Amino acid sequence: MTTLRTPTNVGTAQPRLEAREKVTGQARYAVDHPLPGALYAWPVQSAFARGRVIDVDTTPALAVDGVLAVLWHGNAPRLEPAGDPTLLVLQSPDVAFHGQVVALVVATTLESAREGAEAVVVRAEIQPADTVLRADHPGLYEPATVNAGYVGRVEKGDFGAGFDAAEVRVDATYRTPTEHHNPMEPHATTAFWERGRLVVFDATQSSTTVRDTLAALFELPPQLVRVRNEHVGGGFGSKGMPRVNVVLAAMAARFMGRPVKLAFSRRMLFSLAGYRTPTIQRVRLGADRDGRLLALAHEAISQTSRLVEFTEQSAVVSRVLYNPPDHVSTHRVVALDVPPPTWMRAPGDCPGSFALESAMDELATAGNWDPVRLRIDNDAATEAGGLPFSSRHLVECLRHGADLFGWAGRDPRPAARREGRWLLGTGVASATFPAITWPSTATARATADDHFEVAVNAADIGTGARTVVRQIAADALRCDAHCVEIAVGDSAIGTAPVAGGSMGTSSWGWAVTKACRLLRERIEREHGGRVPPEGVAVSADTTADIAARDEYARHAFGAQFCALRVDPSTGEVRLDRMLGVFAAGRIINPTTARSQLLGGMTMGASMALMEQTVLDPRSGDFVTSDLASYHVAVNADIPRIDVEFVPEEDPHLNPMGSKGIGELGIVGAAAAVANAVHHASGIRVRSLPITPSALL
Amino acid sequence: MRPFAYERPGDAEGALATMVRPGAVYLAGGTNLVDLMKLGVSAPDVLVDLSHLPYRDIEALPSGGLHVGALVPNSDLATHPAVRAAYPALSQAVLAGASGQLRNRATVAGNLLQRTRCRYFQDVTKACNKRNPGSGCDAREGEHHDLAILGASPQCVATNPSDLAVALSIMDASVQYIGPHGSAEISVHDLFRRPGERPDRDTNLPGGALITGVVLPELPIAATSVYRKVRDRASFAFAAGSIAAAVDVREGVVHDARIAWGAVAHLPWRAWTAERALRGAPATADSFARAADEELAGARPLRDNGYKVPLLRNLTVEVLREMTS
Repeated sequence: MTTLRTPTNVGTAQPRLEAREKVTGQARYAVDHPLPGALYAWPVQSAFARGRVIDVDTTPALAVDGVLAVLWHGNAPRLEPAGDPTLLVLQSPDVAFHGQVVALVVATTLESAREGAEAVVVRAEIQPADTVLRADHPGLYEPATVNAGYVGRVEKGDFGAGFDAAEVRVDATYRTPTEHHNPMEPHATTAFWERGRLVVFDATQSSTTVRDTLAALFELPPQLVRVRNEHVGGGFGSKGMPRVNVVLAAMAARFMGRPVKLAFSRRMLFSLAGYRTPTIQRVRLGADRDGRLLALAHEAISQTSRLVEFTEQSAVVSRVLYNPPDHVSTHRVVALDVPPPTWMRAPGDCPGSFALESAMDELATAGNWDPVRLRIDNDAATEAGGLPFSSRHLVECLRHGADLFGWAGRDPRPAARREGRWLLGTGVASATFPAITWPSTATARATADDHFEVAVNAADIGTGARTVVRQIAADALRCDAHCVEIAVGDSAIGTAPVAGGSMGTSSWGWAVTKACRLLRERIEREHGGRVPPEGVAVSADTTADIAARDEYARHAFGAQFCALRVDPSTGEVRLDRMLGVFAAGRIINPTTARSQLLGGMTMGASMALMEQTVLDPRSGDFVTSDLASYHVAVNADIPRIDVEFVPEEDPHLNPMGSKGIGELGIVGAAAAVANAVHHASGIRVRSLPITPSALL
Repeated sequence: MRPFAYERPGDAEGALATMVRPGAVYLAGGTNLVDLMKLGVSAPDVLVDLSHLPYRDIEALPSGGLHVGALVPNSDLATHPAVRAAYPALSQAVLAGASGQLRNRATVAGNLLQRTRCRYFQDVTKACNKRNPGSGCDAREGEHHDLAILGASPQCVATNPSDLAVALSIMDASVQYIGPHGSAEISVHDLFRRPGERPDRDTNLPGGALITGVVLPELPIAATSVYRKVRDRASFAFAAGSIAAAVDVREGVVHDARIAWGAVAHLPWRAWTAERALRGAPATADSFARAADEELAGARPLRDNGYKVPLLRNLTVEVLREMTS
């Protein structure tokens, strides 16, 4: 009879289970799997943004030693629609964006494939392309719903009247540029067919979605498709949906009858793996003389591609952080001849919070209010839609943060503190991100020697998901963590949601908890507490549990603080320190949680100061398409960052009481930096990034 | 991949003899050339690897000054005690460039001969007179936020990316090489050139010339020289603008001044006009600003790089003020 242990795993700091494998190079990523006879594929991309491919001359490519085939729309196998039209690659002569794949070269070596791709001659009829987002674009329209299913427009009260009546007002327009995820591992796939079954190793945040998509594209029952993603080298949303790499690799493998490997180059990622849309956001805030918000308008503009509608939900954050009597939040989008934008760490909330939380800082300046105080005074009990929050400790985050940061007594005057050539400043912003839980399945099996095998099709994209899920399992099983073997990253395990939307741990963890508890119950009830020699296995599905929850607005919150310096003569900005204080439910693993928030804040600082992808409207392509020209923060840019948690218990979430933390850390970070730049220099930068050229 | 021959001569004679083969180029650290080969910008038929040649020493010259071998790694140059003592701006400039790993690999001569980082030069689908003479210049109306404001031509607005070259420019350094007519020496001022109508030519070196070293003359004013670089992130980025400066002030009056700017032109931009304006002027912020303005009167910024004008002006004033206060 096993003694049940008091649950002690959840809440303790634990290193990643696969850390040694990764730092010693043993962990295998998508194209690291050795397969005898594997071929290599290299895409040919369109060098124009809009038009039709008339003909592809494959002869010079086929003459290259080692090249076995060139696929293009004239000879590629047919695919069935599978939702995203972008995935119907090599199916039509139409080109909708620069860099779209127009041919694929398959060869015995990577070098031959690449040389063959350069030899392919594409004859095309090129049409003028429209690639620049602007606020007066005649093609802008208001979609009914935006990303993540939010309604495009929310109106409450009478914004016009409320804003007109307000004594203190801000009306400003903010811009964020195109930004690219740039995960370390490029989008990559190894694919092979085995007696009618398709197996792929894919760099994806959701092997379930890739499985279902491939099944639809290739007209297979889903059980004949297996997608494995045991290790994924980052994604930030760009691997949330299948990309053409997996479609092309599967197609080529079927065409050739041999395994095929395909890894995008860094440059290909810029057009083929999604990006964050540029945004133009007008925010109007009106307050009374005491700093009470009366009216809020947030109007967001973004772009999508002609192939698929994706509307960044930038104004949604204004429905969550504040709730004045008069509110309007809207979205407009225009379809351009550009690659499809996609989710990038905290879609909507990230660019939206830059606009909203910059505007709040401008309001604080206009009303001569302390920016922390102004936020505390405008805390809300419900969302703009009226739903109460399941828990909300934003005020506690702001207060605790202000204490830790040393905010009290801050001199509000801009450009008033000098240290040598530097002007010093501090800034604050609020953060929020939805606490999402989606249905998932999981299985748990006990063996007679008191060991457990728990499987959930989680994707560990570097977050520590595997480690965290094991902690959850061990506590649900009431055993030591080392007695639990965890399997993740394989669609054969069962259906599970994407490692995205910060929903992974809550969703997978609930299914794991349920499976483990069921297993314990069954061992007790049916086997008298003793695992029989053949073992005991159960599976669980949380669909009904999640549907049965009460309706609440479920969100995590946080407060971002930043201290920095600006050299007014050169426009250089140097961060001195950042502090993030977060209330995100129960923290399951402080080590991996801290990494997530630290990473989010770092990415937010990088967004504030340097990240931008420049498009050349003449050709419609991104000209800063490598890591030399697309700057991301390096160590020298990032100062001390402290991450603190406000304890939070929320019974309305899931059995673990957890909220998502993968995206929360980036929300508000750019605004905190921009607000500190204003406090230091007196210059309000409303268009990111804040490079020297922006300050001179 | 494109086939190419690889040769590794053991001495200068061997290297020069191999370079006469069509499509031959020298390979030193390879930190720039190999990237350009991957991008298709450079497609040599023969790589002449110089790694077995000498020229790896930094030696004191009997006449004063230093001789720096062409193949000295950038990191060795930056940390050499004599360089740090007598030519601090040189050390600072090298350390302001690239990353530790790249500086370990990159050589002095390779640093001087690195190609522009203009986006359009690096993309073979774009028009670029430097890469493909006569094809035009897509940068002039394109993404040129990093490109030249001084001395450019209708054909080319590229900038020289080297930090080292900017520091060498104020030190009257010269470059020794073996050319078609034997050993020769060229001042660093004559080595680099404005793009004019021949932007495909980065330097005035004769074809096939093998750089063997750099001569740093004895130069007392350089002992307090300073290099400062402004860029879009704190490390591992090319300059938005940079300055190498040395100044000799006697009794409040500028006796001598040397100023060179980086990231503003096809060559390290020695600010001769500003220097002339400074000599004999009081060492005040006003003089510094006036001198910088005189030099910048010739600036012709493009649509998106006008910020470089105030940047260089302010950098010059601030650096000179710090050096003279």
